[in-house]
Amino acid sequence: MAASLRALRRRIRSTQSTKKIFSAQELIAGARIVRAQARVEASKPYAREITRVLSALASSASLDHPLLTERQNPNRAAVLVITSDRGFAGSYNVNVLRRTEELLALLRQEGKEPVLYVVGRKGETYYSFRDREMAETFTGFSEQPSYEDAQEVGTALIDVFTAGLDDEDGGSGADGVPGVDELHIVYTEFRSLLAQVPVAKRMAPLEVEEVEEFDYEREDREHGETGNDSGVPTSYEFEPSAEGLLDALLPKYITTRIYAAMLEAAASESASRRRAMKSASDNAEELAKNLSRQANQARQAEITQEISEIVGGSEALVSAGAAD
Amino acid sequence: MATLQVELVAVEQKIWSGEATMVIARTTEGELGVLPGHAPLLGQLAEGGVVTIRTESGEDVIVAAHGGFLSITERGVSILAETAEIAGEIDVARAREALSRAEGSDEPEALDAARRAQSRLRAAGETA
Repeated sequence: MAASLRALRRRIRSTQSTKKIFSAQELIAGARIVRAQARVEASKPYAREITRVLSALASSASLDHPLLTERQNPNRAAVLVITSDRGFAGSYNVNVLRRTEELLALLRQEGKEPVLYVVGRKGETYYSFRDREMAETFTGFSEQPSYEDAQEVGTALIDVFTAGLDDEDGGSGADGVPGVDELHIVYTEFRSLLAQVPVAKRMAPLEVEEVEEFDYEREDREHGETGNDSGVPTSYEFEPSAEGLLDALLPKYITTRIYAAMLEAAASESASRRRAMKSASDNAEELAKNLSRQANQARQAEITQEISEIVGGSEALVSAGAAD
Repeated sequence: MATLQVELVAVEQKIWSGEATMVIARTTEGELGVLPGHAPLLGQLAEGGVVTIRTESGEDVIVAAHGGFLSITERGVSILAETAEIAGEIDVARAREALSRAEGSDEPEALDAARRAQSRLRAAGETA
């Protein structure tokens, strides 16, 4: 009896100390969400401007840039998956990876061979455990991505996309580098503190309509900016030529979209982590409460037993005296 | 007096916005001064460039802008840059150090870093 009481007390202590870890994690994640949300907000003016400039450019320039044109026989597609570096984030990574699997199945159905690019250690582990080939992985910045990180990823993707330009019938084409014909991205969109939704989007080839419909337009309306872009298109002068500008601008635009996706994913990651840690610390508290009830019961049972042993013992002595 | 509505945004944040009487920038084609009423224009800023914004009070806001674009519309001027720093906030010693480090190596990234450091030094009024 005494041994089980000691065991219970030990379990209570360990539960309480894990609970402390969980609630510390919860607080950290909570602070990170605020910061991540601020960074999402701070990156919006640039994204808005670059979208506007690109729409203006697209309406003036002839649109035969490789990043804009649909390839004839797409047979390879790059998929960029954004996961987290650390666990403890509930179903965050599972959801993103499940969405990715759906996209991969769809691409295979369309006869395209998917090529994986993975951001985050969790995604890396998931695919390497399953012996799936990854073209490239990027780790170490999932919680606080910087623009340089997005640039690194963006450059890799744009390079492989450009290398796919001369591919023929599954061969690697004139440059000897097997490229891809499409770029997709899977990340978790931050809708609110309670809702983070994994989404899959196509980044390239871009469609101009898609550029105009890009989420930031919605942002504009919400900010009450009417703008004059919707009216008569402004006829711009270009320095250098429109084509030259498009060449310089489109890769930056892709990088901006990757950066925006990474920021959203970082905010989502922190939000899921906070939620997971909140329920974990609630559960730990519940467990500690149950365990201390059991410990109390055991303690009372022990006392009762001791009393009855004493009473029994003294009665035995009394009856033994009477018998004399 | 007519003014320009100027917005200077870098990828990670908005750097500066306000009214200005003139914007001086250098595109890949050459130096460019923008006054109110300028024709709409889209330009790519030269690497390692410096943008000067003359405010209403006649002060100059000098900015080191890297990897940027200039867009002039009826509404005003927007300058998009990958990284941008206002002259007053530039750490000259660090920029010099970055420059000498970048000049020491011959990797392609180093060239980029050198340009960035040069533009920061130029914006801070130092010789690069």
